[in-house]
Amino acid sequence: MPWTKVLIDKQDFEAAEKNGLRNISYRGALLEAQRQLLKSSPEVYLIGEGIDDPGGVFGSTVGLAREFGPERVMDMPIAENGLTGIAAGSAMCGLRPVMIHMRMDFLPMCLDQIVNHAAKWRYMTGGKVGVPLVIRSIIGRGWGSAAQHSQALHGLFTHFAGLQVAVPATPYDAKGLLIAASRSGNPVMFCEHRWLYDFNGYVPEEMYEVPFGKAVVRKEGRDVTVVAVSLMVYEAVKAARELEKEGISIEVIDPRTIKPLDMETILASVKKTGRLVIADAGNIMTGISAEIAAQAAEHGFASLKAPVLRVGLPDVPTPASYALEKVFYPGVAGIKQAVKKLLGAGDGK
Amino acid sequence: MTLTPEIKLELLRKMLRARLFEEKIVAVYGEQEMKTPVHLYIGQEAVAAGVSQHLKPEDYVFSTHRNHGHYLSKGTDLKPIVAELYGRATGCAKGKGGSMHFVDTDKNCMGTSAIVGGSIPLGAGAALAIKLKKEARLAVTYFGDGASDEGVLQETLNFSALKKLPVLFVCENNFYATNSHQRARHAQGVISKRAPAFGIPCELADGNDVEAVYAAAEKAVAHIRSGNGPYFLEFPTYRWKGHVGPDCDYEKGCRPKEEFLEWAKKCPVDAYVKKLSAAKLLSGGRLAEIKDAINSEITEAWNFAKASPLPTPEDLCSDVYK
Repeated sequence: MPWTKVLIDKQDFEAAEKNGLRNISYRGALLEAQRQLLKSSPEVYLIGEGIDDPGGVFGSTVGLAREFGPERVMDMPIAENGLTGIAAGSAMCGLRPVMIHMRMDFLPMCLDQIVNHAAKWRYMTGGKVGVPLVIRSIIGRGWGSAAQHSQALHGLFTHFAGLQVAVPATPYDAKGLLIAASRSGNPVMFCEHRWLYDFNGYVPEEMYEVPFGKAVVRKEGRDVTVVAVSLMVYEAVKAARELEKEGISIEVIDPRTIKPLDMETILASVKKTGRLVIADAGNIMTGISAEIAAQAAEHGFASLKAPVLRVGLPDVPTPASYALEKVFYPGVAGIKQAVKKLLGAGDGK
Repeated sequence: MTLTPEIKLELLRKMLRARLFEEKIVAVYGEQEMKTPVHLYIGQEAVAAGVSQHLKPEDYVFSTHRNHGHYLSKGTDLKPIVAELYGRATGCAKGKGGSMHFVDTDKNCMGTSAIVGGSIPLGAGAALAIKLKKEARLAVTYFGDGASDEGVLQETLNFSALKKLPVLFVCENNFYATNSHQRARHAQGVISKRAPAFGIPCELADGNDVEAVYAAAEKAVAHIRSGNGPYFLEFPTYRWKGHVGPDCDYEKGCRPKEEFLEWAKKCPVDAYVKKLSAAKLLSGGRLAEIKDAINSEITEAWNFAKASPLPTPEDLCSDVYK
């Protein structure tokens, strides 16, 4: 299926092009989804700091302000919590805002309005007033971005009842999940990764929805299940290719949304492989990897032949120096090491 | 608009309805069947009555944990809110909100926040929706002096002025954030003075004088409805009961008793009864008639609530998501 494919290198792109598939970038997919939402739904508007500037949020909103005007594509003051409340209030009264933050690190400034208000309003009003608000934010990485410009907080938001959390890894999912999020009627934390923006992939031109809570198997395998989140999907597929040469077969699962979380697909895979590694772009400590591991232990203990291992960020703030970044961020090597450890093979240590 | 006898009687009726409703809560709260923290509005009724008199059914109202008076004055039906106080499935929020989260979408009362300052931007957001949809209505957001301490008020004032949003900010200054006096929190005591710094007109009026509230709100609402953007009203007033619960907290030493007694002399309801009596608007048993009608509405609502079913265990997980 073209929409499950993860295109990693030049060869992948060329093969896809040859098959006549429409390939666009992750940023292009986001831009297209928003343009189509703005065109098709008068209730949709975009709001965010500097979303109308020439850069257009790393290219993901570029040109939209000119096309739709300042009321539909709205710049805003540097007042994240207040404006989150304003966006939420407008959502309660019939609009469907998409709020955009260049950095996920700005979300802690909005926690009161996200956590205490948007997440709970439907429940507190007995289902009478919902908050169809999508909050896009981007995880940064590298170039010395350091501790306040690179946090991956997607796991944090899964803690709160009433929120949904999407972590698209491919251009196809970026577009389909964003459209689904906007139409869902719920507050959705839409968590992107800056390093995904340049990745290309198959994206249909028409509007379509990717359902929430449906994982996808990116690569089938027999020895170890690797659940990979966001950017780690690419690292896991790369690791799978390298391990294949060593005769090790891993199954890569991309949950696509971590709330709702498709444990059914994960557990079915664990039943087959008996081994589970979770590779997350966020922190290991109480991150989404902890939740997946706990649920695997609760519901799939009998299938497990080995302990669950996690690959993610260590419990320290992000450093600036590239020498330290290299140690801080796990990747293909970390995933391979975890897989081998579970198999008791060679350099698993 | 001149204050006709009909409007005067309606202002009194609104205040009495809020007062008698909450006096009933005070009377039964000790039974411990109403298992929800109540933040009572007694003493402040003139504000909601005077403001609401200018609101149309389609106008949005956002409020706080101390919301009873605001929603009653907007005309909310008593049955669902009393049922909510008793945690019933027939409650306005199906027993999922309690006293701090009244809602009545039929009256465009869109919900209330128990996080201080939390509903201020929501009201402005409703106004943004009105503006983008080009509708002819406005949004009111009520809050207290405590909420004015929060940064979110300043953020919201700025954006509302910038976009000329049809939102009315109503600050009820009862001088206490729980038990902290405004003197311990503010260097400058007139909260409404902040509004002009953002380009928003404001007015300060006696919050215990329902006609003063009415006059100030009339001007503010006319300003907003003419498309001139937000308006900020501040009404000094006084809460008679503790921050939470049915008791007077001066007995616990939270406030000086003399201060309470001074304000009790300025009871907005009694003062208005006296005023309307002197104007011969309450002769012929009119006052008793108004009270009787409210009391029978209250009795009916209490009977409805107590006879209503509780939510079932299956109800726990509904209404989280659409």
